[in-house]
Amino acid sequence: MQKNNKAIRFGLDVLILAALFTLVQYLITTGLLNQYYQINLTSMCINIILAVSLNLINGFTGQLSLGHAGFMAMGAYASVIMTQMWDQPFILGLLAACVVAGLGGFIIGVPTLRLKGDYLAIATLALGEIIRVTLQNIDYVNGPAGILGITKMTTWPWLFGATVFTIVVVVNLINSSYGRAIISVREDEVASELMGVNTTKYKVIAFVIGAMFAGLAGAMYAHFFYIIKPETFNFLKSFDILVMVVLGGLGSTTGAIIAAIFITILTAALQSFPAIRMILYALILIIVMVYRPQGLMGNKELSRRTFGRIWGGQK
Amino acid sequence: MSTIMEIKNLEKSFGGLSAVLNFNFHLEQNELVGLIGPNGAGKTTIFNLITGVYKPDQGNIIFNGENIEGMAPHVICTRGIARTFQNIRLFNDLTVLDNVKIAAHKNVPYSFMSAILRTPSFFKGEELIEKEALGYLEIFKLDDKKDELARNMPYGEQRRLEIARAMATKPTMLILDEPAAGMNPQETRELMNLIAQIRHDFQLSILLIEHDMSLVMGVCERIYVLDYGQVIAEGKPEEIRSNKKVIEAYLGEEVE
Amino acid sequence: MLELIQQIVNGLSLGAIYALIALGYTMVYGIIKLINFAHGDIMMVGGFVGFFSLTLLGTNILVAMLVAMLVCAILGVLIEKIAYRPLRTSTRIAALITAIGVSLFLEYTTIFALGPAQKIFPDSAFPLKAYDIAGLSILNKDVFVVVSAVVLMLVLQYIIKWTKTGKAMRAVSLDQEAAVLMGISVDKTISVTFAIGSALAAAAGVMYGVYYSTVNPLMGIIPGLKAFVAAVLGGIGIVPGAMVGGFVIGLLETMVSGYGNSLYRDAVAFGVLILILLIKPTGLFGKDTGEKV
Repeated sequence: MQKNNKAIRFGLDVLILAALFTLVQYLITTGLLNQYYQINLTSMCINIILAVSLNLINGFTGQLSLGHAGFMAMGAYASVIMTQMWDQPFILGLLAACVVAGLGGFIIGVPTLRLKGDYLAIATLALGEIIRVTLQNIDYVNGPAGILGITKMTTWPWLFGATVFTIVVVVNLINSSYGRAIISVREDEVASELMGVNTTKYKVIAFVIGAMFAGLAGAMYAHFFYIIKPETFNFLKSFDILVMVVLGGLGSTTGAIIAAIFITILTAALQSFPAIRMILYALILIIVMVYRPQGLMGNKELSRRTFGRIWGGQK
Repeated sequence: MSTIMEIKNLEKSFGGLSAVLNFNFHLEQNELVGLIGPNGAGKTTIFNLITGVYKPDQGNIIFNGENIEGMAPHVICTRGIARTFQNIRLFNDLTVLDNVKIAAHKNVPYSFMSAILRTPSFFKGEELIEKEALGYLEIFKLDDKKDELARNMPYGEQRRLEIARAMATKPTMLILDEPAAGMNPQETRELMNLIAQIRHDFQLSILLIEHDMSLVMGVCERIYVLDYGQVIAEGKPEEIRSNKKVIEAYLGEEVE
Repeated sequence: MLELIQQIVNGLSLGAIYALIALGYTMVYGIIKLINFAHGDIMMVGGFVGFFSLTLLGTNILVAMLVAMLVCAILGVLIEKIAYRPLRTSTRIAALITAIGVSLFLEYTTIFALGPAQKIFPDSAFPLKAYDIAGLSILNKDVFVVVSAVVLMLVLQYIIKWTKTGKAMRAVSLDQEAAVLMGISVDKTISVTFAIGSALAAAAGVMYGVYYSTVNPLMGIIPGLKAFVAAVLGGIGIVPGAMVGGFVIGLLETMVSGYGNSLYRDAVAFGVLILILLIKPTGLFGKDTGEKV
């Protein structure tokens, strides 16, 4: 009986996803979704991947990382080198992005995750900037001018797949013993250690996975927006992602997704007023932290149960 | 009776200030030993040294024949030592049940990839973890609160949950840091019974810090008295009660 | 040799500016354990206020600096009251995020109100004069910056060591609860700390304007970060440490830029930060206090 339930639920999930995918694909193929909407849809999915992955580090593991854009940069550049300079297919570019960014996460994570709280935050901020400055000084990738004319390889199927993949991995991870271990690190590191959890190991794991997905997002970005420069991935980009995670609620994947969508729409609406957009971000950060530090969703998630209640009208 | 833990010449200073000096100790199988002393005497420091939170400057801690001083806390946990804290350290935003489930993680019955791919071994493993955790909650009479957030539990139940969580790591030695702090006499008595019960049922060896003298004199078989980081007396409760040095340093008034 | 001394002179001026900013970071961290991300931007506001004082009010440079210090002292107190005080019992991460918000707010409100372009300090404010001493060319700019900075630091030392306010500041940073029991108003003391720190940053902002002849809305970010590194280098929370740290970073940066690769100039501070955090996070003058479990 239980097994049947599980199969039914899984089947339903797949059906909904398939429907969503087909609908959007249809809109794109028939041209009903024009260029403007496609750009925003792409940005939305990339932001979702970035927010969900940063939330794994900041929200679930409780380690404030302010250098997420650095990993995005690593993935972007790695994938572009793979596809543009070494003429490899997109899938290899994506793989390269994940591996390089993940490795970066490991190399940066191991020494810095020893630090606590604000020191860790500043260290990651500094390291994100060091990555940017380093890229600016590498001639192979054109330094500050960046790489132009990247072939557009990010199509809807890839985008959809990457976004779903990110969300599924993070959600499955969190709802497991490994996820509980990660959350226990956030809740009380000392107690967690004494319960047998190797807290350093799990901090690094969360960091590496988060970095990997940021790299994936970077690759998606590069192969849609034609150009990448080191400047694109500065600390302001890291703050963009931070705003999404804070707004959505540190510790809620659903919150991260909703906030990512909201921020994408906000960015599009305020395209001609970049200063106002930043002022709004600033206000969001301040107001959320002062008045509702748990963000929109706190650490709750929209689950099937919630949907069931809404549909079924039960209590 | 075999010696389950032996500590020799343990020393620890912080920035030039000696916190623990010349600490020698032994705990026998199934014994219940108390560690008392004025505030700041170094009792919690010793707990932290045993559980690996601090590394000793000198000395050995031998547990079941193995030198554990300097080991990382999570490794020491796997050797079979569990502890509770002076200020409760529960995982506040997790449910009561999840708090206990963490204990199972060191022996998690499925792999990382299994969790992500949601294989059958994952589902079987989760069922096992859930059953075990519920079992512990039942023993400690917390099963009806399993879905409550730890932060929302009343104080006495939080203390019980901390003990339940520690027990879920299947220790052979349990270290309790002021388990009766903040409890009224009735709650303290219930706690005493609980400690006696789990000691018997799980064949535990217990080391406990307490300020509540009725608890200490009532349950401990042996007592170490600490002052300024050094042992000033050791022996059975009756011996300690009448020890001049102890009375001077600490008790000050008659104990019933 | 002469070249080296010239570089040292440049390094000292730069270091003086960093030291003044670093003091604000270190005092605030010492008292409420917060990395005030917005501190560099207060320096920027100070620079702008100085600019407007010179151009709109036609004052001289010293008055401009005093006006900037006053305005920023008030600004610092306001920020603390509105954004940081409500979070005093929250996690430090929450306070840090809020500080980032304040920083962005200051930057982009300035951009929104005044446009992103830089403003040029009028030449009349500080007519350049070069002194030829033993073959070195020392600008009056350098003298001004270093002398003002030293004066301000001496005033600060006096306040901290000899006044009641200073004693209160030290007490609150050592043990807040005990300070309350001694009848010290923690709120007022924290406000004063912010006021003083912000005033020093404002002075640095005006000096920056004199030194580089321009001010722009984002000018506080990089110096702010470098000054923070200086504070950490000296030992965050330790006032003399911030002074020393500031000069060290200033000298280091000038040396690297002069003798090494100027492209990596900014990376020097970041590199130093990573090194300190990994090797001795308590800084040069810091003490190791373990966490109480």
